[in-house]
Amino acid sequence: MPLLWLFILVVALGLIGFILGRTRALKDANGDIRLLHSLPNYYGSNVLLAVLIPGLAAMLLWLILQPMVIQGQVSSMIPDTAYTDKGSLNLVMSDVRRVAEGLDIAVEQGTLTREQARDIRTELTDIRARLGAVGVALGSNVESYVLKAAQKYRTMNAVGNWMMTVAVLGAALAGFAVSMLRTNKDMRARNSVERVIQGLLIGAASIAILTTLGIVLSLIFNTIEFFKLYPALDFFFGTTWSPSFGGGSELGILPLFWGTFYVSIIALLVAVPIGLFAAIYLSEYAGPKVRAIAKPLLEVLAGIPTIVYGLFALLTVGPMLMTVFGADGGLGWMQGGRSVMTAGLVMGVMLIPFVSSLSDDIINAVPQAMRDGSLGLGATKSETVRQVVLPAALPGIVGAILLAASRAIGETMIVVLGAGAAAKLNLNPFEAMTTVTTRIVSQLTGDADFASAEALVAFALGMTLFVITLVLNIFALVIVRKYREQYD
Amino acid sequence: MSDFTADNGPAKGDAKSSLFHETTRTKRRNAAEARFKAYGIAAIATGLFFLVALLVAILGNGLPAFKQTFVTIPVELTEAKLDKSGNRNPEELAKVSTFGYKPVVTDALIAALKAEGIEIPFAKEKDVEDILSASVAAQVRDTVLANPDLIGETVEFRLLASSRVDGYFKGRVTRDALARDKNLDAEHLDVADAMVAAGLMKTTFNADFIFGADASESRPEQAGIGVSMVGSLFMMIVVLALALPIGVAASIYLEEFAPQNKWTDLIEVNISNLAAVPSIVFGILGLAVFIQIAHLPQSAPLVGGLVLTLMTLPTIIISTRASLKAVPPSIRDAALGVGASKMQSVFHHVLPLAMPGILTGTIIGLAQALGETAPLLLIGMVGFIASNMPDGIASGFIDPNSAMPAQIYEWAKRADPAYYERAWGGIIILLVFLMTMNIIAVLLRRRFERRW
Repeated sequence: MPLLWLFILVVALGLIGFILGRTRALKDANGDIRLLHSLPNYYGSNVLLAVLIPGLAAMLLWLILQPMVIQGQVSSMIPDTAYTDKGSLNLVMSDVRRVAEGLDIAVEQGTLTREQARDIRTELTDIRARLGAVGVALGSNVESYVLKAAQKYRTMNAVGNWMMTVAVLGAALAGFAVSMLRTNKDMRARNSVERVIQGLLIGAASIAILTTLGIVLSLIFNTIEFFKLYPALDFFFGTTWSPSFGGGSELGILPLFWGTFYVSIIALLVAVPIGLFAAIYLSEYAGPKVRAIAKPLLEVLAGIPTIVYGLFALLTVGPMLMTVFGADGGLGWMQGGRSVMTAGLVMGVMLIPFVSSLSDDIINAVPQAMRDGSLGLGATKSETVRQVVLPAALPGIVGAILLAASRAIGETMIVVLGAGAAAKLNLNPFEAMTTVTTRIVSQLTGDADFASAEALVAFALGMTLFVITLVLNIFALVIVRKYREQYD
Repeated sequence: MSDFTADNGPAKGDAKSSLFHETTRTKRRNAAEARFKAYGIAAIATGLFFLVALLVAILGNGLPAFKQTFVTIPVELTEAKLDKSGNRNPEELAKVSTFGYKPVVTDALIAALKAEGIEIPFAKEKDVEDILSASVAAQVRDTVLANPDLIGETVEFRLLASSRVDGYFKGRVTRDALARDKNLDAEHLDVADAMVAAGLMKTTFNADFIFGADASESRPEQAGIGVSMVGSLFMMIVVLALALPIGVAASIYLEEFAPQNKWTDLIEVNISNLAAVPSIVFGILGLAVFIQIAHLPQSAPLVGGLVLTLMTLPTIIISTRASLKAVPPSIRDAALGVGASKMQSVFHHVLPLAMPGILTGTIIGLAQALGETAPLLLIGMVGFIASNMPDGIASGFIDPNSAMPAQIYEWAKRADPAYYERAWGGIIILLVFLMTMNIIAVLLRRRFERRW
């Protein structure tokens, strides 16, 4: 049965359950609502939840488990001689899936009957031509074990889907029957509905933990996989980055680190002074009118997607820097539009509102009494800011800068478009260099084969990135929180 | 403050130290004050300057993408070339490829030029066809296949001009630059100028850019953002359908029910950290969990939506909690006082009052998700993927597609500068969407926000 219909059926069953449960409770109380423990709708909702939750949970579980089971069963059918490692097994399996899909389409279009699809043999029929005729192009001729596996895959899928229908409907009906039988006028329907809803709320809140867990596990497993293929020491201390998918690549992270930090430092050199002074001016000098206009306008910069900044770096800032620092007519320091400077400048612009609004909050949190005291002693406004407000706000501002730094390190689109692709350990800010995030993108884009060290390295890079930004964030949050406690 | 001195002027022959006499030290302090203030103004001015520069770059480079140069000529659909057997059999008509249509279009162009008395400055008259886009033969063919009765007649067609000719009229391509270009010669531009004078060629509004599909690397004039817009739409549906209920449920639990214990602390720490995890890490998560383990289809808006949901959840949870917190406790107490259960007080009273704030936060979260690119690159929603609109709701979720920001990135990567114009134009459309969403959020807040 198609998934959508099954889903609709379960929901319909739930709605019928709602009506029947409500009626049954009312009937039990002879239509006198005062005799019921809960409001009538709670009896209905109780049945509704008892149908939907087991039904949909069974469906979800089946959808997750079935492909895994089938994958395991089918891949055991493929002879050991057909693959050398896990990666090539994955390739064979994707062939199997493709052939199975082709057979499905052929049956659907009527070029093969169900029995033919189940029984055809590579020895007798040219499968590739047959499937090509229905629009499924295969890269090579179909081996007999692939076809057999594909046929097994199809039958198992068909049986699995049939069993899923039974299991899901069974779970839903069981829930329906049990909850209906329990429904009577004294049942504490509201309490049981509320308990279930609270459970759902807890489940929703736990998704945050699941996400973190998912991130950490997917990074750790693939990173371990990578370190099996490539020594960890060479990865962390290697000074050359030259991946080649043919093998013999050197994957040292140091040049990428250098590029990342260089770009981030330039970005912070742009963003911190501008953002800090803007925040000081807005909170200490500006009148309400200026503040009401300038603050939202600055924050527009934070709402602009990073792809826009990336394009701005690539097509506007890069060429502009080229006319000043480039080879023809300029100072000759720059080879191409993509450079550390290009990406750093634009990233700095992106971070200005980030620094300014965080510092603004922190400066505003400094008690007015401290300012008044300083001004009362005859200090000018700027002296008050420099000698009283800023020292008091310093821990918070450091926290804000750390948060901005973690943003800068994890930023992707600006550096992908603006910083270039050459991994270099170089001091010239007008050279193209590359960063951790750009390499993750280039090693993984559109590639579903995770067997080679060249693809897996992206997970190790991601792990490093995740750990660095996590440490920076936690550090920053601790500083900010500690500081806030002083004045609250 | 010490500015008084300037009004009164220095007192004559007075003691050295006086309020009326500005000492060098006071001068220095006042100068430092003025400097400090100027730094602040300069900082804000720099920030605003960057904003203006960004907007100027976007509008200046992107607006031309909404206009396109078209050639309008009558094309004689000769039966002898397009339908040799003459029986209008659709299957036989389909056998004539675009190569069969190309000479028909070229002949029509040459005939139209001759009819207007425009001289063709080429040794081979056929060379003039480079004025037209490479896509025109397919365009004529599609029209004929859709309506075979047109064969044998002369039909007026509105054909795309090639991207170089288009660029010439938009000021992107100069005659000097063409000297190094093998796609087009300066003579073509002479012909194009003459065609404009004769009314055969016109630069007009280009709806295909907004509603069309992406095109191959060599035909920027044909590329549009419409299909990826649909991809973005389907992703946003997934994000809205998952992130809003889950986010609201999580916030209600954390704000209203959660006991102070280790588990709650763990959830809180996780949420604040997830909000700061780089977006590309979410892409890695999506690749590993949804594609590597769960075998969901690659490049599908469904997967993109799931990844963006996980990314948006912390934003929605943080803003929802803030608006739940803003509902005064007296509301809860009143509900509990008249006998509502805790759950009823939250769902019947607190939640409706917090709804405007929740919606505002959700719209802002969606806007953020709409502009996000990096995670989409990892799950394969980039590149020349979808050339047609999805044929149904299910295929809209599952079939490979792109998304607006990913499409812009793709265009920015291509070698032909004509694609840069498309990328900027795509950004205008993306920003229009984001602006609309943010304005709706602000209006919602203005209209419904209550101060207690």
